[in-house]
Amino acid sequence: MSVGIVGYGAFIPRRRIKLEEIAKVWGADAPSYRRGLQLNEKSVPGADEDTVTMSVEATRNAFARSGGIEPAEIGALYIGSESHPYAVKPSGTIVAEAIGATPDIHIADFEFACKAGTESMFVAQSLVKAGEVKYAVGIGADTSQGAPGDALEYSAAAGAAAFIFGDDDERILAEVVETYSWTTDTPDFWRREYMHYPRHGSRFTGEPAYFRTTMSSAQGIMEMAGLEPRDFAHAIFHQPNGKFPMRVGKKLGFTQEQLETGWLSPWLGNTYSGASPIGLTAVLDIAKPGDLILLTSFGSGAGSDSFIFRVTDRIELVRDRAPGTRKQLDENQIYVDYGTYAKLRGKIRMGE
Amino acid sequence: MISPGRSWREFPQRYRLEAAKCETCGKIHYPPRVACSKCGGTTFENITLPREGKVVTFTIVRVPPAGFTEQTPLPIAIVELMDGVRIMVQIGDLADPSELEIGMPVRLEFRRISWDGEAGLIFYGHKAVKS
Repeated sequence: MSVGIVGYGAFIPRRRIKLEEIAKVWGADAPSYRRGLQLNEKSVPGADEDTVTMSVEATRNAFARSGGIEPAEIGALYIGSESHPYAVKPSGTIVAEAIGATPDIHIADFEFACKAGTESMFVAQSLVKAGEVKYAVGIGADTSQGAPGDALEYSAAAGAAAFIFGDDDERILAEVVETYSWTTDTPDFWRREYMHYPRHGSRFTGEPAYFRTTMSSAQGIMEMAGLEPRDFAHAIFHQPNGKFPMRVGKKLGFTQEQLETGWLSPWLGNTYSGASPIGLTAVLDIAKPGDLILLTSFGSGAGSDSFIFRVTDRIELVRDRAPGTRKQLDENQIYVDYGTYAKLRGKIRMGE
Repeated sequence: MISPGRSWREFPQRYRLEAAKCETCGKIHYPPRVACSKCGGTTFENITLPREGKVVTFTIVRVPPAGFTEQTPLPIAIVELMDGVRIMVQIGDLADPSELEIGMPVRLEFRRISWDGEAGLIFYGHKAVKS
Protein backbone atom coordinates (compact mmCIF):
# COMPACT_ATOMS: atom_id res chain seq x y z
CA MET A 1 0.00 0.00 0.00
CA SER A 2 1.39 3.38 -0.94
CA VAL A 3 0.50 6.84 0.32
CA GLY A 4 0.60 9.92 -1.83
CA ILE A 5 -0.84 13.22 -2.93
CA VAL A 6 -4.36 12.80 -4.31
CA GLY A 7 -5.07 16.52 -4.82
CA TYR A 8 -3.00 19.70 -4.81
CA GLY A 9 -3.67 23.41 -5.20
CA ALA A 10 -2.07 26.80 -4.77
CA PHE A 11 -3.31 30.33 -4.22
CA ILE A 12 -1.27 33.46 -4.90
CA PRO A 13 -2.72 36.95 -4.23
CA ARG A 14 -2.85 39.25 -7.25
CA ARG A 15 -1.15 42.29 -5.77
CA ARG A 16 2.59 42.79 -6.27
CA ILE A 17 5.17 45.35 -5.22
CA LYS A 18 8.43 45.80 -7.10
CA LEU A 19 11.77 45.74 -5.30
CA GLU A 20 12.57 49.25 -6.60
CA GLU A 21 9.40 50.64 -5.00
CA ILE A 22 10.53 49.45 -1.56
CA ALA A 23 14.19 50.44 -2.07
CA LYS A 24 13.37 54.03 -3.01
CA VAL A 25 11.49 54.63 0.25
CA TRP A 26 14.45 53.50 2.36
CA GLY A 27 17.16 55.03 0.19
CA ALA A 28 18.56 51.59 -0.61
CA ASP A 29 20.43 50.77 -3.80
CA ALA A 30 17.89 48.75 -5.77
CA PRO A 31 20.31 47.21 -8.32
CA SER A 32 22.56 45.81 -5.59
CA TYR A 33 19.55 44.37 -3.71
CA ARG A 34 18.23 42.91 -6.95
CA ARG A 35 21.62 41.31 -7.64
CA GLY A 36 22.31 40.28 -4.06
CA LEU A 37 18.92 38.76 -3.25
CA GLN A 38 17.87 37.88 -6.83
CA LEU A 39 14.43 39.34 -6.21
CA ASN A 40 12.34 41.36 -8.70
CA GLU A 41 8.97 41.69 -6.98
CA LYS A 42 6.84 39.99 -4.34
CA SER A 43 3.17 39.22 -3.73
CA VAL A 44 1.16 41.41 -1.35
CA PRO A 45 -2.07 40.25 0.31
CA GLY A 46 -5.11 42.54 0.05
CA ALA A 47 -6.79 43.86 3.21
CA ASP A 48 -9.31 41.04 2.75
CA GLU A 49 -6.75 38.24 2.33
CA ASP A 50 -5.03 36.27 5.09
CA THR A 51 -3.71 32.79 5.86
CA VAL A 52 -7.27 31.48 6.23
CA THR A 53 -8.68 32.89 2.97
CA MET A 54 -5.68 31.74 0.92
CA SER A 55 -5.83 28.29 2.54
CA VAL A 56 -9.51 27.92 1.63
CA GLU A 57 -8.87 28.78 -2.04
CA ALA A 58 -5.77 26.53 -2.24
CA THR A 59 -7.73 23.66 -0.66
CA ARG A 60 -10.63 24.15 -3.07
CA ASN A 61 -8.13 23.87 -5.92
CA ALA A 62 -6.79 20.67 -4.35
CA PHE A 63 -10.32 19.23 -4.21
CA ALA A 64 -10.88 20.18 -7.86
CA ARG A 65 -7.89 18.00 -8.76
CA SER A 66 -8.88 15.12 -6.43
CA GLY A 67 -11.40 13.48 -8.72
CA GLY A 68 -14.44 13.79 -6.48
CA ILE A 69 -13.25 13.27 -2.92
CA GLU A 70 -15.99 14.47 -0.59
CA PRO A 71 -14.94 16.99 2.09
CA ALA A 72 -16.65 14.80 4.71
CA GLU A 73 -14.08 12.06 3.92
CA ILE A 74 -11.25 14.27 5.23
CA GLY A 75 -10.18 12.95 8.64
CA ALA A 76 -7.52 15.54 9.48
CA LEU A 77 -6.61 19.06 8.39
CA TYR A 78 -3.45 20.91 9.40
CA ILE A 79 -2.31 24.42 8.54
CA GLY A 80 1.29 25.46 8.99
CA SER A 81 1.84 29.21 9.22
CA GLU A 82 3.58 31.89 11.24
CA SER A 83 0.81 34.37 10.40
CA HIS A 84 -2.34 32.74 11.72
CA PRO A 85 -4.94 35.55 11.91
CA TYR A 86 -5.71 34.80 15.55
CA ALA A 87 -3.19 34.20 18.36
CA VAL A 88 -5.87 32.08 20.04
CA LYS A 89 -8.52 30.49 17.77
CA PRO A 90 -7.48 28.00 15.16
CA SER A 91 -7.21 28.81 11.46
CA GLY A 92 -7.97 25.18 10.63
CA THR A 93 -11.52 25.25 11.99
CA ILE A 94 -12.46 28.12 9.67
CA VAL A 95 -10.92 26.39 6.65
CA ALA A 96 -12.56 23.05 7.50
CA GLU A 97 -15.95 24.75 8.00
CA ALA A 98 -15.60 26.59 4.67
CA ILE A 99 -14.79 23.43 2.70
CA GLY A 100 -17.51 21.45 4.51
CA ALA A 101 -15.22 18.98 6.32
CA THR A 102 -16.54 19.48 9.87
CA PRO A 103 -17.31 18.00 12.41
CA ASP A 104 -15.73 14.50 12.05
CA ILE A 105 -12.20 15.77 11.70
CA HIS A 106 -8.98 16.34 13.65
CA ILE A 107 -7.55 19.85 13.29
CA ALA A 108 -4.39 21.63 14.43
CA ASP A 109 -2.45 24.74 13.49
CA PHE A 110 1.30 24.25 13.21
CA GLU A 111 4.11 26.74 13.63
CA PHE A 112 7.82 26.32 12.84
CA ALA A 113 8.89 29.50 11.03
CA CYS A 114 9.05 28.68 7.30
CA LYS A 115 8.72 24.92 7.54
CA ALA A 116 5.30 24.74 9.19
CA GLY A 117 3.75 23.92 5.80
CA THR A 118 5.81 20.78 5.19
CA GLU A 119 5.23 19.85 8.84
CA SER A 120 1.49 19.80 8.20
CA MET A 121 2.13 17.71 5.05
CA PHE A 122 4.33 15.28 7.00
CA VAL A 123 1.75 14.72 9.74
CA ALA A 124 -1.10 14.45 7.22
CA GLN A 125 0.66 11.76 5.18
CA SER A 126 1.76 9.94 8.36
CA LEU A 127 -1.83 9.63 9.62
CA VAL A 128 -2.93 8.21 6.28
CA LYS A 129 0.03 5.81 6.29
CA ALA A 130 -0.87 4.67 9.82
CA GLY A 131 -4.42 3.95 8.69
CA GLU A 132 -5.91 6.44 11.17
CA VAL A 133 -7.73 8.50 8.53
CA LYS A 134 -8.77 7.95 4.92
CA TYR A 135 -7.68 11.37 3.66
CA ALA A 136 -5.78 14.20 5.34
CA VAL A 137 -5.05 17.77 4.22
CA GLY A 138 -1.72 19.51 4.79
CA ILE A 139 -1.54 23.26 4.09
CA GLY A 140 1.31 25.79 4.13
CA ALA A 141 0.23 29.46 4.07
CA ASP A 142 1.60 32.80 5.20
CA THR A 143 1.16 36.55 4.92
CA SER A 144 4.46 37.29 6.57
CA GLN A 145 5.95 40.65 7.43
CA GLY A 146 9.44 42.04 7.53
CA ALA A 147 10.14 45.16 9.61
CA PRO A 148 10.00 48.35 7.51
CA GLY A 149 13.42 48.96 5.94
CA ASP A 150 14.78 45.55 6.99
CA ALA A 151 16.23 43.23 4.34
CA LEU A 152 13.26 40.93 4.99
CA GLU A 153 10.85 43.55 3.72
CA TYR A 154 12.07 42.90 0.16
CA SER A 155 11.09 39.24 0.38
CA ALA A 156 8.24 38.65 2.90
CA ALA A 157 5.27 37.71 0.72
CA ALA A 158 1.93 35.88 0.73
CA GLY A 159 0.67 32.60 -0.72
CA ALA A 160 -0.69 29.15 0.11
CA ALA A 161 -0.46 25.55 -1.06
CA ALA A 162 -2.69 22.65 -0.03
CA PHE A 163 -2.22 18.90 -0.48
CA ILE A 164 -4.72 16.11 0.10
CA PHE A 165 -3.02 12.83 1.02
CA GLY A 166 -4.62 9.42 0.56
CA ASP A 167 -3.79 5.76 0.00
CA ASP A 168 -6.16 4.75 -2.79
CA ASP A 169 -3.88 3.87 -5.70
CA GLU A 170 -6.27 5.04 -8.42
CA ARG A 171 -6.25 8.59 -7.00
CA ILE A 172 -2.55 9.04 -6.14
CA LEU A 173 -0.92 11.56 -8.49
CA ALA A 174 2.43 11.63 -6.65
CA GLU A 175 3.46 8.78 -4.37
CA VAL A 176 5.46 9.57 -1.20
CA VAL A 177 8.65 7.49 -1.64
CA GLU A 178 10.55 8.70 1.44
CA THR A 179 10.44 11.33 4.18
CA TYR A 180 13.18 12.63 6.46
CA SER A 181 13.63 15.54 8.89
CA TRP A 182 16.86 17.12 10.15
CA THR A 183 16.43 19.42 13.15
CA THR A 184 18.64 21.26 15.66
CA ASP A 185 18.34 24.29 17.94
CA THR A 186 19.76 27.09 15.79
CA PRO A 187 18.75 30.67 16.72
CA ASP A 188 18.84 32.29 13.27
CA PHE A 189 15.41 34.00 13.18
CA TRP A 190 12.73 34.57 15.80
CA ARG A 191 9.72 36.64 16.84
CA ARG A 192 8.81 36.99 20.50
CA GLU A 193 5.20 36.91 21.69
CA TYR A 194 3.23 40.15 20.97
CA MET A 195 5.99 41.44 18.66
CA HIS A 196 4.83 42.61 15.25
CA TYR A 197 8.02 41.92 13.30
CA PRO A 198 10.64 39.17 13.51
CA ARG A 199 14.35 39.60 14.15
CA HIS A 200 17.18 37.61 12.65
CA GLY A 201 20.87 36.86 12.94
CA SER A 202 21.78 38.54 9.61
CA ARG A 203 24.61 36.51 8.03
CA PHE A 204 24.15 33.77 10.65
CA THR A 205 20.92 32.86 8.81
CA GLY A 206 23.05 31.62 5.88
CA GLU A 207 25.75 28.97 6.30
CA PRO A 208 25.09 27.69 9.89
CA ALA A 209 21.31 27.77 9.49
CA TYR A 210 19.81 27.56 5.98
CA PHE A 211 22.66 25.85 4.14
CA ARG A 212 23.74 23.40 6.85
CA THR A 213 20.18 22.33 7.68
CA THR A 214 18.88 22.14 4.11
CA MET A 215 21.91 20.22 2.85
CA SER A 216 21.91 17.77 5.76
CA SER A 217 18.23 17.01 5.24
CA ALA A 218 18.49 16.66 1.45
CA GLN A 219 21.63 14.51 1.64
CA GLY A 220 20.05 12.40 4.39
CA ILE A 221 16.92 11.55 2.43
CA MET A 222 18.84 10.79 -0.77
CA GLU A 223 21.09 8.42 1.20
CA MET A 224 18.05 6.71 2.77
CA ALA A 225 16.46 6.22 -0.64
CA GLY A 226 19.71 5.26 -2.38
CA LEU A 227 19.29 8.09 -4.88
CA GLU A 228 21.54 10.80 -6.28
CA PRO A 229 20.77 14.26 -7.65
CA ARG A 230 20.86 13.01 -11.25
CA ASP A 231 17.98 10.61 -10.51
CA PHE A 232 15.54 13.49 -9.96
CA ALA A 233 13.58 15.40 -12.58
CA HIS A 234 12.97 18.32 -10.18
CA ALA A 235 14.20 19.59 -6.83
CA ILE A 236 12.54 22.31 -4.72
CA PHE A 237 14.13 24.06 -1.76
CA HIS A 238 12.93 26.70 0.68
CA GLN A 239 13.11 30.15 -0.93
CA PRO A 240 13.90 32.96 1.54
CA ASN A 241 15.14 34.96 -1.46
CA GLY A 242 16.04 34.22 -5.07
CA LYS A 243 19.66 33.36 -4.37
CA PHE A 244 19.65 30.73 -1.60
CA PRO A 245 17.56 27.96 -3.22
CA MET A 246 19.57 28.05 -6.46
CA ARG A 247 22.85 28.08 -4.54
CA VAL A 248 21.94 25.22 -2.19
CA GLY A 249 20.63 23.18 -5.13
CA LYS A 250 23.83 23.61 -7.08
CA LYS A 251 25.98 22.85 -4.01
CA LEU A 252 24.08 19.57 -3.67
CA GLY A 253 24.76 18.72 -7.31
CA PHE A 254 21.50 19.69 -9.04
CA THR A 255 21.43 21.53 -12.36
CA GLN A 256 19.62 24.75 -13.27
CA GLU A 257 17.06 22.69 -15.27
CA GLN A 258 16.20 20.55 -12.23
CA LEU A 259 15.76 23.63 -10.04
CA GLU A 260 14.08 26.31 -12.12
CA THR A 261 10.47 25.05 -12.31
CA GLY A 262 10.00 25.20 -8.55
CA TRP A 263 12.09 28.37 -8.18
CA LEU A 264 9.40 31.05 -7.81
CA SER A 265 10.90 33.47 -5.29
CA PRO A 266 12.39 35.98 -7.79
CA TRP A 267 8.80 36.92 -8.77
CA LEU A 268 6.79 35.71 -5.75
CA GLY A 269 9.07 36.56 -2.81
CA ASN A 270 9.30 34.38 0.27
CA THR A 271 5.91 32.97 1.17
CA TYR A 272 7.38 31.41 4.34
CA SER A 273 5.35 28.28 5.17
CA GLY A 274 3.96 28.38 1.63
CA ALA A 275 7.33 28.69 -0.13
CA SER A 276 8.59 25.20 -0.95
CA PRO A 277 5.02 23.75 -1.01
CA ILE A 278 3.97 26.32 -3.67
CA GLY A 279 7.16 25.40 -5.54
CA LEU A 280 5.97 21.78 -5.46
CA THR A 281 2.60 22.77 -6.98
CA ALA A 282 4.43 24.55 -9.84
CA VAL A 283 6.45 21.37 -10.46
CA LEU A 284 3.36 19.12 -10.37
CA ASP A 285 1.79 21.45 -12.95
CA ILE A 286 4.35 20.31 -15.52
CA ALA A 287 5.78 17.02 -14.15
CA LYS A 288 5.69 13.81 -16.21
CA PRO A 289 4.60 10.39 -14.98
CA GLY A 290 7.57 8.59 -13.43
CA ASP A 291 9.40 11.80 -12.48
CA LEU A 292 11.11 11.80 -9.09
CA ILE A 293 10.80 15.07 -7.14
CA LEU A 294 12.85 16.16 -4.12
CA LEU A 295 11.24 18.69 -1.78
CA THR A 296 13.29 20.12 1.12
CA SER A 297 11.85 22.90 3.26
CA PHE A 298 13.68 24.99 5.82
CA GLY A 299 12.32 26.54 8.98
CA SER A 300 14.38 28.80 11.18
CA GLY A 301 15.00 27.56 14.63
CA ALA A 302 15.93 25.28 12.74
CA GLY A 303 14.90 22.26 10.71
CA SER A 304 14.31 20.88 7.24
CA ASP A 305 11.66 18.38 6.18
CA SER A 306 12.45 16.40 3.03
CA PHE A 307 10.12 14.40 0.82
CA ILE A 308 10.75 12.31 -2.28
CA PHE A 309 7.70 11.97 -4.56
CA ARG A 310 7.21 9.77 -7.62
CA VAL A 311 4.69 11.20 -10.10
CA THR A 312 2.04 8.81 -11.49
CA ASP A 313 0.06 8.71 -14.76
CA ARG A 314 -2.88 10.39 -13.01
CA ILE A 315 -1.17 13.78 -13.03
CA GLU A 316 -1.98 14.21 -16.75
CA LEU A 317 -5.68 13.73 -16.05
CA VAL A 318 -6.14 16.13 -13.14
CA ARG A 319 -3.61 18.97 -13.39
CA ASP A 320 -5.78 21.19 -15.61
CA ARG A 321 -8.81 21.03 -13.31
CA ALA A 322 -7.62 24.06 -11.28
CA PRO A 323 -5.61 27.20 -12.08
CA GLY A 324 -1.89 26.52 -12.55
CA THR A 325 0.58 28.10 -10.15
CA ARG A 326 2.73 29.80 -12.78
CA LYS A 327 -0.44 31.26 -14.35
CA GLN A 328 -1.47 32.74 -10.99
CA LEU A 329 2.01 34.19 -10.64
CA ASP A 330 2.35 35.61 -14.15
CA GLU A 331 -1.15 36.89 -14.97
CA ASN A 332 -3.58 39.55 -13.72
CA GLN A 333 -1.14 41.19 -11.32
CA ILE A 334 -2.10 44.47 -9.62
CA TYR A 335 1.02 46.55 -8.89
CA VAL A 336 0.84 48.71 -5.76
CA ASP A 337 2.99 51.61 -4.56
CA TYR A 338 4.66 51.65 -1.14
CA GLY A 339 1.90 53.79 0.42
CA THR A 340 -0.80 51.31 -0.57
CA TYR A 341 1.43 48.43 0.53
CA ALA A 342 1.99 50.06 3.94
CA LYS A 343 -1.77 50.49 4.37
CA LEU A 344 -2.60 46.93 3.29
CA ARG A 345 0.06 45.45 5.59
CA GLY A 346 -1.10 47.42 8.63
CA LYS A 347 2.12 49.43 8.82
CA ILE A 348 0.27 52.71 9.33
CA ARG A 349 -0.76 53.61 12.86
CA MET A 350 -4.52 54.25 12.84
CA GLY A 351 -6.67 56.38 15.14
CA GLU A 352 -8.62 54.56 17.82
CA MET B 1 -20.65 44.97 14.96
CA ILE B 2 -21.96 41.43 14.39
CA SER B 3 -22.15 39.28 17.55
CA PRO B 4 -20.24 35.96 17.70
CA GLY B 5 -23.57 34.12 17.86
CA ARG B 6 -25.06 35.78 14.82
CA SER B 7 -21.93 35.33 12.71
CA TRP B 8 -21.84 31.64 13.70
CA ARG B 9 -25.46 31.11 12.62
CA GLU B 10 -24.62 32.50 9.19
CA PHE B 11 -21.56 30.27 8.52
CA PRO B 12 -23.41 27.82 6.22
CA GLN B 13 -24.42 30.57 3.78
CA ARG B 14 -21.41 32.84 4.23
CA TYR B 15 -18.70 30.12 4.21
CA ARG B 16 -20.20 27.47 1.95
CA LEU B 17 -22.78 29.42 -0.11
CA GLU B 18 -25.57 27.14 1.07
CA ALA B 19 -29.00 28.19 -0.19
CA ALA B 20 -32.55 26.90 0.32
CA LYS B 21 -34.46 25.56 -2.71
CA CYS B 22 -38.24 25.47 -2.15
CA GLU B 23 -39.43 21.89 -2.49
CA THR B 24 -42.86 23.13 -3.63
CA CYS B 25 -42.08 25.67 -6.36
CA GLY B 26 -38.28 25.39 -6.84
CA LYS B 27 -37.41 29.00 -6.00
CA ILE B 28 -33.90 29.33 -4.55
CA HIS B 29 -33.45 31.60 -1.53
CA TYR B 30 -30.09 33.05 -0.52
CA PRO B 31 -29.83 33.56 2.37
CA PRO B 32 -32.28 30.79 3.33
CA ARG B 33 -35.77 31.77 4.59
CA VAL B 34 -38.36 30.19 6.87
CA ALA B 35 -41.10 30.50 4.23
CA CYS B 36 -40.83 30.73 0.42
CA SER B 37 -41.45 34.28 -0.83
CA LYS B 38 -43.11 32.93 -4.00
CA CYS B 39 -45.46 30.14 -2.82
CA GLY B 40 -45.31 30.20 0.99
CA GLY B 41 -43.80 26.69 1.08
CA THR B 42 -41.93 25.78 4.25
CA THR B 43 -39.87 22.77 3.17
CA PHE B 44 -36.53 23.36 1.46
CA GLU B 45 -33.69 21.41 -0.09
CA ASN B 46 -30.20 22.55 0.97
CA ILE B 47 -28.16 23.38 -2.15
CA THR B 48 -24.76 24.96 -2.81
CA LEU B 49 -24.61 27.95 -5.14
CA PRO B 50 -22.18 27.95 -8.07
CA ARG B 51 -19.18 30.28 -7.70
CA GLU B 52 -19.23 31.76 -11.22
CA GLY B 53 -21.45 34.57 -12.45
CA LYS B 54 -21.62 38.07 -13.88
CA VAL B 55 -22.22 41.59 -12.56
CA VAL B 56 -25.83 42.75 -13.02
CA THR B 57 -25.42 46.16 -11.39
CA PHE B 58 -23.17 47.83 -8.84
CA THR B 59 -22.49 50.85 -6.69
CA ILE B 60 -19.31 52.23 -5.11
CA VAL B 61 -19.57 53.09 -1.41
CA ARG B 62 -17.14 55.90 -0.62
CA VAL B 63 -18.23 56.55 2.98
CA PRO B 64 -18.58 53.01 4.35
CA PRO B 65 -19.82 52.05 7.82
CA ALA B 66 -17.56 51.01 10.72
CA GLY B 67 -15.68 47.80 10.02
CA PHE B 68 -15.25 48.58 6.33
CA THR B 69 -13.28 51.86 6.36
CA GLU B 70 -9.97 50.22 5.40
CA GLN B 71 -11.63 48.90 2.25
CA THR B 72 -12.71 52.31 0.89
CA PRO B 73 -13.85 52.69 -1.86
CA LEU B 74 -16.05 49.68 -1.35
CA PRO B 75 -17.67 48.26 -4.50
CA ILE B 76 -20.93 46.37 -3.91
CA ALA B 77 -22.65 44.50 -6.73
CA ILE B 78 -25.59 42.33 -7.53
CA VAL B 79 -24.13 39.27 -9.20
CA GLU B 80 -26.15 36.75 -11.17
CA LEU B 81 -24.69 33.29 -10.65
CA MET B 82 -24.66 30.54 -13.29
CA ASP B 83 -27.93 29.07 -11.95
CA GLY B 84 -29.73 32.43 -12.22
CA VAL B 85 -29.65 33.24 -8.50
CA ARG B 86 -28.80 36.89 -7.81
CA ILE B 87 -26.76 37.75 -4.72
CA MET B 88 -25.50 41.01 -3.25
CA VAL B 89 -21.76 40.83 -2.76
CA GLN B 90 -18.61 42.94 -2.38
CA ILE B 91 -16.21 43.09 -5.31
CA GLY B 92 -12.57 42.40 -4.49
CA ASP B 93 -9.19 42.87 -6.19
CA LEU B 94 -9.93 45.96 -8.27
CA ALA B 95 -6.89 48.08 -9.09
CA ASP B 96 -9.35 50.92 -9.68
CA PRO B 97 -13.16 50.96 -9.17
CA SER B 98 -13.54 52.27 -12.74
CA GLU B 99 -12.66 48.74 -13.92
CA LEU B 100 -16.03 47.56 -12.66
CA GLU B 101 -18.66 47.20 -15.37
CA ILE B 102 -22.05 45.63 -15.88
CA GLY B 103 -21.73 42.18 -17.44
CA MET B 104 -18.22 41.61 -16.07
CA PRO B 105 -17.63 37.88 -15.49
CA VAL B 106 -16.75 37.17 -11.85
CA ARG B 107 -15.85 34.30 -9.54
CA LEU B 108 -16.62 34.12 -5.83
CA GLU B 109 -13.53 33.80 -3.62
CA PHE B 110 -13.27 33.29 0.13
CA ARG B 111 -12.24 36.60 1.74
CA ARG B 112 -12.41 38.67 4.91
CA ILE B 113 -15.63 40.67 4.68
CA SER B 114 -15.13 42.86 7.77
CA TRP B 115 -13.37 42.78 11.12
CA ASP B 116 -14.06 44.18 14.57
CA GLY B 117 -10.92 46.30 14.98
CA GLU B 118 -7.58 44.82 16.03
CA ALA B 119 -8.91 42.66 18.86
CA GLY B 120 -12.38 41.57 17.73
CA LEU B 121 -13.62 38.80 15.48
CA ILE B 122 -12.83 38.55 11.77
CA PHE B 123 -15.90 37.90 9.63
CA TYR B 124 -15.29 35.74 6.58
CA GLY B 125 -17.41 35.15 3.51
CA HIS B 126 -17.22 35.50 -0.25
CA LYS B 127 -16.32 38.39 -2.53
CA ALA B 128 -16.66 38.45 -6.29
CA VAL B 129 -13.42 38.94 -8.24
CA LYS B 130 -12.90 39.38 -11.97
CA SER B 131 -12.56 35.94 -13.59
